[in-house]
Amino acid sequence: MKAHGTIRSAFEKGGRFERLWPLIDAAETFFFRLPVRTAGGTHVRDAYDLKRMMMIVVMALFPCMAFGTYNVGYQFYASAGLPADHLACVLKGLTVIIPLYVVTFAVGGFWEVLFALIRGEEINEGFFVTGALIPLVMPPTIPLWQLALAVSFGVVLGKELFGGTGMNIFNPALVSRAFLFFAYPRSISGAGVWTLTGGTVVDAYTMATPLHLGLEPKGGIVAHLAGNGFDFWRMFTGLEPGSIGETSTVAVLIGALILILTGVGSWRIIVSVFAGGGAMALLCNAFAPSDASMMALPAHYHFVMGGFAFGAVFMATDPVSAAGTNAGKYVYGFLIGVLTIMVRTLNPAYPEGMMLAILFMNLFSPLIDYAVVRLNMRRRLRRAAG
Amino acid sequence: MHMANYRLKKGYDIRIAGGAEEVLERASFPESVGLYPSDFYGMTPKPLVEGGERVRIGTPLWHDRRRESLVVTSPASGTVAEVRRGARRALEAVVLRTDGKQQIAAGTPGPPKRISSSARGDIISALCGTGLFPLIRQRPFGTVADPLAAPRDIFVTAMDTAPLAPDQRIILKKHEQEFQRGIDVLASLTAGRVHLCTGGGTDDASAFAGARNVERHRFDGPHPAGNAGVHIHHVAPIRGAGDIVWHCTVQGAILIGRYFLAGAPSFDVTAAVAGPAAAQRRYVETLAGAALSSFAEASDKFPAARFISGNVLTGRNAGADGFLGFGDSLVTIIPEPQKSVFLGWLSPGFSLESFSYSFISRLMPRRRFALDSNRNGSVRAFVATGIYERLLPMDILPSFLLKSILADDIEEMEKLGILEVAPEDFALCEYACPSKTDIQRIIRDGIDLMLKETRESE
Repeated sequence: MKAHGTIRSAFEKGGRFERLWPLIDAAETFFFRLPVRTAGGTHVRDAYDLKRMMMIVVMALFPCMAFGTYNVGYQFYASAGLPADHLACVLKGLTVIIPLYVVTFAVGGFWEVLFALIRGEEINEGFFVTGALIPLVMPPTIPLWQLALAVSFGVVLGKELFGGTGMNIFNPALVSRAFLFFAYPRSISGAGVWTLTGGTVVDAYTMATPLHLGLEPKGGIVAHLAGNGFDFWRMFTGLEPGSIGETSTVAVLIGALILILTGVGSWRIIVSVFAGGGAMALLCNAFAPSDASMMALPAHYHFVMGGFAFGAVFMATDPVSAAGTNAGKYVYGFLIGVLTIMVRTLNPAYPEGMMLAILFMNLFSPLIDYAVVRLNMRRRLRRAAG
Repeated sequence: MHMANYRLKKGYDIRIAGGAEEVLERASFPESVGLYPSDFYGMTPKPLVEGGERVRIGTPLWHDRRRESLVVTSPASGTVAEVRRGARRALEAVVLRTDGKQQIAAGTPGPPKRISSSARGDIISALCGTGLFPLIRQRPFGTVADPLAAPRDIFVTAMDTAPLAPDQRIILKKHEQEFQRGIDVLASLTAGRVHLCTGGGTDDASAFAGARNVERHRFDGPHPAGNAGVHIHHVAPIRGAGDIVWHCTVQGAILIGRYFLAGAPSFDVTAAVAGPAAAQRRYVETLAGAALSSFAEASDKFPAARFISGNVLTGRNAGADGFLGFGDSLVTIIPEPQKSVFLGWLSPGFSLESFSYSFISRLMPRRRFALDSNRNGSVRAFVATGIYERLLPMDILPSFLLKSILADDIEEMEKLGILEVAPEDFALCEYACPSKTDIQRIIRDGIDLMLKETRESE
């Protein structure tokens, strides 16, 4: 403990390594609840802090991480037509997931620390959630160097340039993904990237995700999906190709339960994304030219396909980039749902619309809040006059 | 008689251990008494006494620079021990050594015989002259009331929902007559109504059921359902900067009434001693401004304790050698944190108090916690977590009001409700804020700015 004190003092103001103080501070506050006393305001403070809030989100992601790990291995062996036990699937999955997380946290952590040192601010825990999210929205085949670029882009341009955690307009994890989508589209779109293969793929295995199959259905869309092995329950449970963390709606729902019960994630947003998606899907159904059109896909299929559920639960709810007013959250979530289904059904160039819908609504959330705030002002004014 | 019920859902009762027992004792007479100008927000103090000077009950200690009739007087007789000044020679405190004789100062005005609106001017100048007038507070802005203003209504807050707050029934006990006279006096000061706001429980309401000359309202709900700002917001909201409402506590009304009954001012008050680190938790009869050492003691179970005059949300860190604040009827003693807890933020949270359901303890509503003064986390950027919105039972968007203050945008501040709030209304938001923001400070800055603007335009 004495050595801890001596080392600590070298990093304090006036010490030899003063500029590196944020490092020590981050380590200390990470490992300890320090006996820092309140001064000036309330004398007692809630045990809840931003760090705990972020850790709850990371915990809520564990089911998706675990299932994603298993599924990457499972798809690997399935594509090669090899029989494999559960352990083999998990181990194979780990060989993919661990490097992705190591690169994400090394690169993201580097930028966080660098910016904190330059600004002389405390290193904050903001990257924990972003870092936990990024690998889960990547295809398992993503080259590590592209991932490193995407993380850099997301952290530096998506967050730090706006002033750091709490100041960004866009969800940094989605900025990372969008960067890949536009800079290296071949790594993150098309039918070939969603399964890690050993090189040879057996005929019985479908490489494409259900959303790709929906682009050119032969016959009724539901039957077409089922014909390729994608019935509702398979897509609901998640043993299918796709981004690592998004395939299992079950795992996402467990996470949603954790977020809602702890009050960390906004149920208003989650519920209204599904409501918006459901409403738009019904509208499309009504105008669908034939059973063979993507427009004919029922709402509950949309919910279990692609990143709909994952985006609604983990991406749309980011409190920094979402609408801040309660009324605004309903509008924000609803429009994300509507836009996602609109892109999926009416735009043949993009089979998935979730990422762009959320980024688009991130941009509009200040406007939504502005409208809600004006309404509040007007109501208050009328109340004062009466 | 008209009576309205208000059931408020937003808010939260912090589960802090150490409520005062329902025992009322006479505290030993304090050897020293202190008054802090910070208890009189809105006054710019100019001291009227010097060290060594003799004072009696009612001797003016300082007055307001802009309205000299607004004075703060001595609650005891004795000598001035210290006129404490802080940065830029601003008055920080006046400390008196008491002589125990409790003589009344020679120039102290007697109460007007008639209590009616036609005698309003006399009543106000008598209340000002005795130093009782600052017991009345004012919205907008939560300042000491302006004796030159004509309040639209007056609210008497007969409930307190703050953590470990004193039971208003105990403060009222044996002072019912004085309380009623106080209400009658207040009623003569406004052309509008006196609103008496009590808690929702039948006991709370029945203790005040005998009050006459008032319109009664019952507020049911967690803290801050007992705040004057919340009452005014729901009963008859502030309509603009010139729409002035006064408010007063039960203790304040009793002191005003006692002056009219007894003919001379008295500053004898009832206060609760509470908190997890208090040695003896009880109610005491003492003097406004009394030295805390004369009635409050910390338990030796804790190596260091904080003596707070007031509650844990809005009170002042007075120190063991400090004084009971003017208008305070609670002293809270809490432990100071000592040890670092390894990976503390990771615990399931059986033994931690929190508004957040991420702690298991949140599911145990009856549990009480020995809260200490730990900040419980580092200061972080403002994140719109939606927590504030669940803790403010007013039609006000707290995050946006705070942002408008940070942007110094006066017009927006006014539209978003700054005229209706005081820092105390946001204290619970500050408690629960995961970014550990000093929210009351922000509201105070906003109000300071508004006051500066209105004074410049006068």
